[in-house]
Amino acid sequence: MPSFSRIRAIAEKEVFHILRDSRTLVIIFLMPLLQLIIFGYAMNMEIRQVPLLVDDLAMNSSSRALVDAFVNTDYFQLVPKEAGTLQPDELFRERRAQASLSIPKDFGASEHRVLLRIDASDPNSAQMIQNYALGIVNSTGIQTDAGIDLRAQILYNPDLKSSFFFVPGLIALILVMVCALLTSISISREKEMGTMEQILVSPVSATEILFGKVIPYLVLGLLDALIILAVGMLLFQVPFRGDFSVFLLFTFLYVLTSLCLGLLVSTVAKTQQAAMMMALGMTLLPTLLLSGYMFPISSMPVILQKLTYIIPASYYLQIIRGIMLKGNNIAQLYQAGLSLLGMSVLMLIVAARRFKLRLS
Amino acid sequence: MNVLKIKELSVRYGSVEALSEVDLEVQPAMVYGIIGPDGAGKTTLMRSICTLLPYQEGSIEVLGYDAASQAKEIRARIGYMPQRFSLYQDLSVQQNLRFFARLFKVNHAEMLKRREQLYKFSRLEPFAKRLTGNLSGGMKQKLALSCALIHTPELIILDEPTFGVDPVSRVEFWQILHQLKADGISIVVSTPYMDEASQCDKIVLLHKGRVIGQGSPAETISGWKGKLYSLTSRDLQKLYAFLQTKAGKDNLQLFGSEIHLFSEQELSSDKIADWQSEFPELESCVEIKPGMEDVFLRMMQ
Repeated sequence: MPSFSRIRAIAEKEVFHILRDSRTLVIIFLMPLLQLIIFGYAMNMEIRQVPLLVDDLAMNSSSRALVDAFVNTDYFQLVPKEAGTLQPDELFRERRAQASLSIPKDFGASEHRVLLRIDASDPNSAQMIQNYALGIVNSTGIQTDAGIDLRAQILYNPDLKSSFFFVPGLIALILVMVCALLTSISISREKEMGTMEQILVSPVSATEILFGKVIPYLVLGLLDALIILAVGMLLFQVPFRGDFSVFLLFTFLYVLTSLCLGLLVSTVAKTQQAAMMMALGMTLLPTLLLSGYMFPISSMPVILQKLTYIIPASYYLQIIRGIMLKGNNIAQLYQAGLSLLGMSVLMLIVAARRFKLRLS
Repeated sequence: MNVLKIKELSVRYGSVEALSEVDLEVQPAMVYGIIGPDGAGKTTLMRSICTLLPYQEGSIEVLGYDAASQAKEIRARIGYMPQRFSLYQDLSVQQNLRFFARLFKVNHAEMLKRREQLYKFSRLEPFAKRLTGNLSGGMKQKLALSCALIHTPELIILDEPTFGVDPVSRVEFWQILHQLKADGISIVVSTPYMDEASQCDKIVLLHKGRVIGQGSPAETISGWKGKLYSLTSRDLQKLYAFLQTKAGKDNLQLFGSEIHLFSEQELSSDKIADWQSEFPELESCVEIKPGMEDVFLRMMQ
């Protein structure tokens, strides 16, 4: 039976270390904030103020209504008239226009078709410009094509704000990175400094050491999650539609999983440097690429889809997006939560078994 | 009953044999010294006793428990001071003591009482709130010893506890060890210093993982066969070269400002006079009693 008083002794000692070690505090508080701000502004995928060239041959009320609908959004900006003397192709080449809208002579009467040309040298932007334009055309109630009345309804993020996408994703990414780093460094530091040799010559067990290490960082990890959430909401206006206690419960599970991943790393890594490299390697890229953060899991090859089952962030992304954007409750998320719990327990058992009570 | 009994112990790291066929016994309330140069296997031996290293052959019995199968029982009853300073440098003196007390499940009242006693000999009380990293070398070693003693172990294992410590603190540290022994605690201590070896009740001489001598320091010295001479000269290097031609390199040892010469028979005064006429810079040649270091160096050959 693990002794509670010994676990408490180790946990309290860990708190003293954290309070005295500025490096840990930087990892815990500064790194997440910096990441959030850098990622947040660098990963802004929204497109605003697209220079739009309008060639209105109709010049009637219908065509004016359509042009106004474009200009009245933040997405498009009319290319000034004096540039109109140049050929449209030239304007595209010089990047003075990214899209052009041609309205035929009888628009609004016999003709319902308009031509939208988009510079697709950056396909992602082109795709987005097309979506914006379709949205605008739809909103004016003008049919885009004879007989086809295309209307898309976008749920949860009607403005397609990218902050809705990256803030929850960043919470998942930063938490797993920071937490895995914390426990793995904390244990490998004791090996490196020789203090592990000293505490091993006592009746302490592997489980007691591991629990004593995880508990203080659980609190810190949750604190970290709250900070990232608050800054994300303040800086990037992301909504929080779900229940706060549900968020706390599931984030607790995710932090636990991430800390246990760090424990697993520490049973292999002998130095702090090695622990750091391994913890980052096991969290950063897999979370970015395989969790469904950057690329949807459903569009991955089957093998990679299977691989996403062992990425903790793939469960947490469902959870955090569900809570923040869709207002999900426990019943809708419990499966993902149980998966996280299962992974934690499994990793803890493996770590305790692999933890060496002797020197090698 | 012996507090420590080692039989035919062999420890290998891969194909490297760190210890081979080591036998030793430690009786209660004695200071037992493990003496040897760097790389002799002292740390390996100490770690094996502390159940930190797996061993391939032989047996280790600590306080009646088997080191291979009863590690936890042994760990709860011994105190260990590793060679490298291994307390938490970012914790205060008081916090370190308290942490190790709790690790050994010493209750609070008992811990306070014990701490009082330990402060008395270590004189660390005025520094109770100081960070361990800011202590001097001697104080650090006293704190490490205190932490190893906080749970009142019957046996303490100290791996080169005075290495790198100033001479005054070394003397003080040994005074503490004698006091602990008087209180009934058994001490196994390793040291590369021969002057410390003579303060032990019993010693084992280790060289290249093997035991080359064992017994009390007096016995070890009295086992010396032959004569030992101390020779001096203004030019020691030249004297050394000269003696090499006369007595052979194996019988010579540089000792600070003198050369120790081992001889199986007594050197006749005629021979010394001969040397003096051949090598006028030879200032003196007198017979001396061998010290621990002479014995050890002789045994290594």
